[in-house]
Amino acid sequence: MTVDRRKFLKIAGLSAAFGLGGKTAVDIFAPGELFASAGSAVPVATNQKKWAMVIDMKKCLEEQEKGKCNQCMAACHRVHNVPNFGDNIKEEMKWIWQESYEHLFPSQHNEFISEDVKEKPFIALCNHCENPPCCRVCPTKSTWRREDGVVMMDLHRCIGCRFCMAACPFGSRSFNWGDPRKAPKELNPDFPTNMNYPTRTKGVVEKCNFCDERLGVGKIPVCVETCQNINVHALIFGDLNDPASEIRKLLHSRYSIRRKTELGTEPKVYYLI
Amino acid sequence: MLERALKGSPGYWWLLGSLLAVMTVGVVCYITQFNEGLKITGMSRDISWGLYIAQFTYLVGIAAGGVMVVLPYYIHDYKAFGRITILGEFLAIAAVIMCLLFIFVDIGNPVRMLNVILYPSPRSILFWDMIVLNGYLFLNIIVGWNVLAAERKGVQYKKWVKFLAYVSIPWAFSIHTVTAFLYAGIPGRHLWITAIMAARFLSSAFAAGPSLLLLLCLLVRKLTKFDPGKEQLRTLGGIITYAMILNCFFLLLEVFTAFYSGIPEHQSSLVYLYAGLDGHSRLVPWMWTSVFFCVVALVLLVIPALRRNETTLALGCVAVFIGTWIDKGVGLVIGGFIPNPFHKVIEYMPTAREIIICLAIWATGFFVLTILYKIAISIKEEVGVTNH
Repeated sequence: MTVDRRKFLKIAGLSAAFGLGGKTAVDIFAPGELFASAGSAVPVATNQKKWAMVIDMKKCLEEQEKGKCNQCMAACHRVHNVPNFGDNIKEEMKWIWQESYEHLFPSQHNEFISEDVKEKPFIALCNHCENPPCCRVCPTKSTWRREDGVVMMDLHRCIGCRFCMAACPFGSRSFNWGDPRKAPKELNPDFPTNMNYPTRTKGVVEKCNFCDERLGVGKIPVCVETCQNINVHALIFGDLNDPASEIRKLLHSRYSIRRKTELGTEPKVYYLI
Repeated sequence: MLERALKGSPGYWWLLGSLLAVMTVGVVCYITQFNEGLKITGMSRDISWGLYIAQFTYLVGIAAGGVMVVLPYYIHDYKAFGRITILGEFLAIAAVIMCLLFIFVDIGNPVRMLNVILYPSPRSILFWDMIVLNGYLFLNIIVGWNVLAAERKGVQYKKWVKFLAYVSIPWAFSIHTVTAFLYAGIPGRHLWITAIMAARFLSSAFAAGPSLLLLLCLLVRKLTKFDPGKEQLRTLGGIITYAMILNCFFLLLEVFTAFYSGIPEHQSSLVYLYAGLDGHSRLVPWMWTSVFFCVVALVLLVIPALRRNETTLALGCVAVFIGTWIDKGVGLVIGGFIPNPFHKVIEYMPTAREIIICLAIWATGFFVLTILYKIAISIKEEVGVTNH
C-alpha cells in the first residue's frame, strides 16, 4: 500500500483537524509509506555509517595456536582501564574476551562437530545489536544505540539497576561491584593504564563501546588496530552501509554466523568459520 | 489519629523495640554496602540480581494481594469485608514500602536514583513499575486513612474516596502485571520469557497476600479486642484456596511446555532448580521444600473440613506463605540467571550482610505495619466494632 494523492489529502485533512502537519502526519498515520511511495525498492545509499565487526576465526585460531595470542584483549583492557580481578569471577570485568565455541554458540553445537571449532577459544564482545534489549530496558537512557550502530553507555548517568545485564542475551555487560581503582594491585600495577580515558566509579555497568572515543577522531577500534599491527587481520571493522567496504565483501564471499539470531536482536558482530 | 500509635502496652513497645534493633543492624550493614559497593553481596557478573530483587518481586505480590479484600467489598458489595479492608490496605502500604526499600538497596548508585525521573524512559518497564508502585502506595494511604477517619467519626466516607478505592482495584492488578513484565519481556532468559508470567504472579500474589492477611487477622484477634470475624476468615480461606490451586496449576503448565516440547533452553533452568545441572544443585533442596509446602497447603485448603477449622486453615496459610516465598522469592529470580548466556552454571550464595539487610527491610515493613495496625485497631476498639 502506498500513499496516493487521494490518501495523502485524506491524511492531510484529518491531521489538520488534529493540528499536525506535513510529513509528521504521514509518519503517524502511515509510517514509512511516504518513503516507500517514492518508488525505490532498495535502500537508498546514504552517508550514514553502520559500524560492524567481522571476526575471521580461522586466522584468529591459527594465531592463537602459534602462541596464545591475547593482543586484542590486552590492548582493549589497557586502553579502557578495565581492571583485572584474576580468578575472582564474582567481580570479573571484561569488554572483549575468549569463550569456547560451544559456549558462544550453545544451540549450534553437536557432539560430532569439526575439530576446527570444538572447544576452540572464540572472541566475544558486545554485539552492538541493531535491536538491543539492553537499551530498551534501561530506565534512565544511560545506554542507547547511536545512528551509526554503536551501543553507547553513559557511565555518569547509570544508576546501577542492572536491568540491562538481565536483558542482554550475550553476557556482554560487566558491573563495577566495587571501586575499580581498588582492584588488586599485584594484578593491576599500573592502574589506571590510560590516563586519557576515565576510570569508573563503583556501581555502574560497563561494556565494549566499539571505541567510540577513537571512532570520533577517525580511528578504528583498538582491538582491530592491534590485530592488524601484528599482521593477523582476524578482526575487521567497517561500515555495513557501504557495499564497497571490506566487511561487506567478506560477508558476501564467505559464510558467516552470528550469535543467537533467533532472538531478533540483530547482532553486528559476524564470525567467519 | 496518629497519637494512637504513641500509647500502647509494654508488649507493643517491646515489639517495636526489637524490630528497631533489627533495622539498626541492617542500617549498619547497608552503610558498609554503600561504602564498598555491592561486592559485599553474593551477586556476580552472572547472577546480577539476587535476594534483594527476589524479595521485591515477592512483596509486590503481597501488596497486590490486599486487593482480595478490597475488591469483594467495593465491587460485589460484600459487606462482611468492610471490617477488614483497612487491614488489607495497611498491609499493602507496608509491603510497597518494603518493595521500594529493596529496590533502593539493590541500586548500585543510589545517589543517582532520581535519574529515573529526570530522564523518564517510557520504553523501560522499570519506569512504569516506579509509577504504578508509588501510585499504589499513595492510593492505599489516601483511601485507608480517609475510610478510617470516617469510621472514627461515625460517618460515611466521601464519594471521592470511594472513587479512589475503585481506582485502586485495577491498580493492584497493574502493579503485579508490570512487575511480571520486568521478566517476561527479556529475550534469552528462558525461565522468564513466558506469556503466563503475569498470570502466575497474580495467582501467587492472591494466594500469598491473603494468607499473610489471614494470619495477621488471627494475631489481631488474639492480641486485641477487635475480632476480624469468623465469616471474613472463612471467605478469605476460600479465596486463598482458589488462588493457590491456580498458582500450582500454572507452574505445572510451565513444566509441561518445557518438557513436552523438549526445547533444551526452556528446560535447563527448571532442571537446575529441581534436579541440578552440570553437578550444581544448591537450590534443589529449597525447591523441593517449596513443592512440599505447596502440596501441604493444597491438602489443608482443599479439604472443606480442614479449611473450615481455623487451626488447620492457619497452618495452610503458613504453608502457602513459605511455599510461594521459596518459589518466587528465591527460585524464580535466581533460577532465571542459571544457566548463564554461555550455558554455564554459576551459582549464587547470599552473604551474611546481604541476608541481614533483607531481614532489616522485612523488619521495617513489620514496624510500619505494627504502627498502622495499632492505629486502625485502636479506632475499631473505640467505636466498638469489637464483637461480631
